[in-house]
Amino acid sequence: MKHFLSTDDVSRADLESLLDLSDEFVEVLARPIPKVPALRGKTVAMLFFEASTRTRLSFERAAKALSADTMSFSPSTSSLSKGESLKDTALTIKAMGADALVVRHKSTGAQWRIADWTGLPVLNAGDGAHQHPTQALLDALTIRQHFRSLDGLRIAIVGDIRHSRVARSDISTFTTLGAEVTLVAPSTLLPVDMDGWPIKVAGSIDDVLDSDVIYLLRIQAERGGASVFPSLPEYVSRFGMTRERFARLAENAIVMHPGPMNRGVEIAPEVADRPRARILEQVANGVAVRMAVLFRLLGGEVHDA
Amino acid sequence: MHEMLLTNARLVTADGVVESDLLVKDGRIAGIGTGLASSGESIDCAGHLVGPGLVDLHVHLREPGQEWKEDIGSGSAAAAAGGYTAVVAMPNTDPAIDAGHLARFVMDRGRREGLVEVVPAGAITMGRAGVKLAHLDELWAAGVRIFSDDGDSVADAGLLRRAMEYVAELGGVIAQHPEDRGLSGDGHMHEGIVSSRLGMAGLPAIGEEAVVARDLALVKLTGVRYHVQHVSTAGTVELVKSARAAGLPVTAEVTPHHLMLDHGEVERMNPDVKMYPPLRRPADVEAVRAGLQEGTVDMVATDHAPHAAHEKDVPFEDAPRGIIGLETAASVVNTALSLDPVTFFQRMSISPAHLAGLSNQGRWLEPGGPANLVVFDPAAAWTPEVFESRAENSPFIGRKLHGKVLVTMFQGRVTYRDGKVHR
Repeated sequence: MKHFLSTDDVSRADLESLLDLSDEFVEVLARPIPKVPALRGKTVAMLFFEASTRTRLSFERAAKALSADTMSFSPSTSSLSKGESLKDTALTIKAMGADALVVRHKSTGAQWRIADWTGLPVLNAGDGAHQHPTQALLDALTIRQHFRSLDGLRIAIVGDIRHSRVARSDISTFTTLGAEVTLVAPSTLLPVDMDGWPIKVAGSIDDVLDSDVIYLLRIQAERGGASVFPSLPEYVSRFGMTRERFARLAENAIVMHPGPMNRGVEIAPEVADRPRARILEQVANGVAVRMAVLFRLLGGEVHDA
Repeated sequence: MHEMLLTNARLVTADGVVESDLLVKDGRIAGIGTGLASSGESIDCAGHLVGPGLVDLHVHLREPGQEWKEDIGSGSAAAAAGGYTAVVAMPNTDPAIDAGHLARFVMDRGRREGLVEVVPAGAITMGRAGVKLAHLDELWAAGVRIFSDDGDSVADAGLLRRAMEYVAELGGVIAQHPEDRGLSGDGHMHEGIVSSRLGMAGLPAIGEEAVVARDLALVKLTGVRYHVQHVSTAGTVELVKSARAAGLPVTAEVTPHHLMLDHGEVERMNPDVKMYPPLRRPADVEAVRAGLQEGTVDMVATDHAPHAAHEKDVPFEDAPRGIIGLETAASVVNTALSLDPVTFFQRMSISPAHLAGLSNQGRWLEPGGPANLVVFDPAAAWTPEVFESRAENSPFIGRKLHGKVLVTMFQGRVTYRDGKVHR
């Protein structure tokens, strides 16, 4: 594995192997001294050209738990604001001695270009509305911890699928691992053409309350202003995970969210704090899966599980 | 002026291809036939096609205002290398070509370069801002025959109606870049299965078709000659076809890239396939090919749109739109579909010259006519690598193409031969 850019082209065996390795790092992170020397002497650069809190901190924590050094960068204070091109920025950071780049960018495919320009291993931490592969891995790990396997599970992804890189990575990851995925959204928030996608579509969250996993996506308040749905209350009435709907879920079902949440929109405030809402477990697992991916890209095959 | 003899030509005429020699003297064709003698230089055409110099109704030469991308000198050289003897430069320069003196500047610059006839299209509205009419009379007096706000549609139907009425009176052509702002939004590629997978905002086919449909209603009202720029969808081809059947004075162009490539190319997320209109579905590619073959689409126009390397060396969504096309057009068209030689030159030279009102261009080669011609080998295979254009934003770099321009002659003078532009 040279890069980790997309979940689309990752086989079931490779996904499962990454999840198995993540399990080992979950165990490492539970130790009194949650750190291994696997990547000592390696430098991982964090290039977040788009705002991020959790993903960036999660990658930093993952790199440090593997004893790698990190460099980071924030666009508002960088030379980008002085007009430096993305290419020059990437090459500059390579010249400083980075061994791998973790990149988030608002533009689809930016990571593929950076991989071409620099030749360094690139981890995609989110590109446009395209891919967010480590999010999909941590989601799969969270589901696997609860159900032991994704095989045959019914997973509903609810919300702004059209503009969601999380949804695109999750759909391919969950279905590759054997789950049935149903997308739930108004047509204005679904991708325009899903011909050939291995999914079903439902028009209301009420149609999928018997699912094993309800995965809620963040609704950006500003989308209401772009007239993709009439108003936030109307969205909540068709797609919100309210207390009433939560009470109707299957006994063993879980609720997930990639964060940041809009309490009171896609998820009712009380629901977010229930034990069966696995949102903080997702965050915790994020560190382990990012350790697994960094280790795979930089640590060679020797210690593979 | 000296003489030049072209021997062993397969001369393309309105009636078909004839084997012949061709004598050029003082910028004109002095004789056609066998056994012609000349005291001057001769070129052995080795059995390749010789036809009228190509004419491009749609190029961006970037001068004035964006000379780091291209200028009339480098753009003229690119045109000569592509077999062209005339180009119509779109008015989306800085400033826009919205007044007579600006149109004259472009023409003068073209004349001074001397490689190809350069005429500008005039803007329909001042500054291409879509608010008030440009100096249409002045532009007409300067020699402008095509009016377009290319790059943007004239969105305001009332304003477009007045422009159509005025240009109809002058006898000119309204050429529209059909794209509805509201429908296209901030799209980067064709809205469809590929954009959905990549999560990119799309430009739907309906964004083009809705503007053409509205405009055709205005053409019916005003009677203006109307030209659809860079047709890219099957629906637009149908609209043009039925308008033509209803007797409306409508013409259409298609770019070489829309004849060859579809939106699957964007999977690589490389900006060398970013342009507006975007690459469409395979079914659209089939439809524009069929349209060009049968003549619903009258002509090929390149939409040659140079950008500097650093401007395109960015992520797809951040890249400016457009690709260069002058130096690959004949080859791409010849690779994408097999037109007979007469139809090939009809679509690449005769029709665009006629629409642009260029009396010395797009004429079947005959004694006494202007010596604007191209020698084209439809069988030669080659792979584009370097360009005369200042820009390199071409998706055809490294792709094997069939058909090569060997010689271009403009006003009796060789402007391109053996891979070199002759100034």
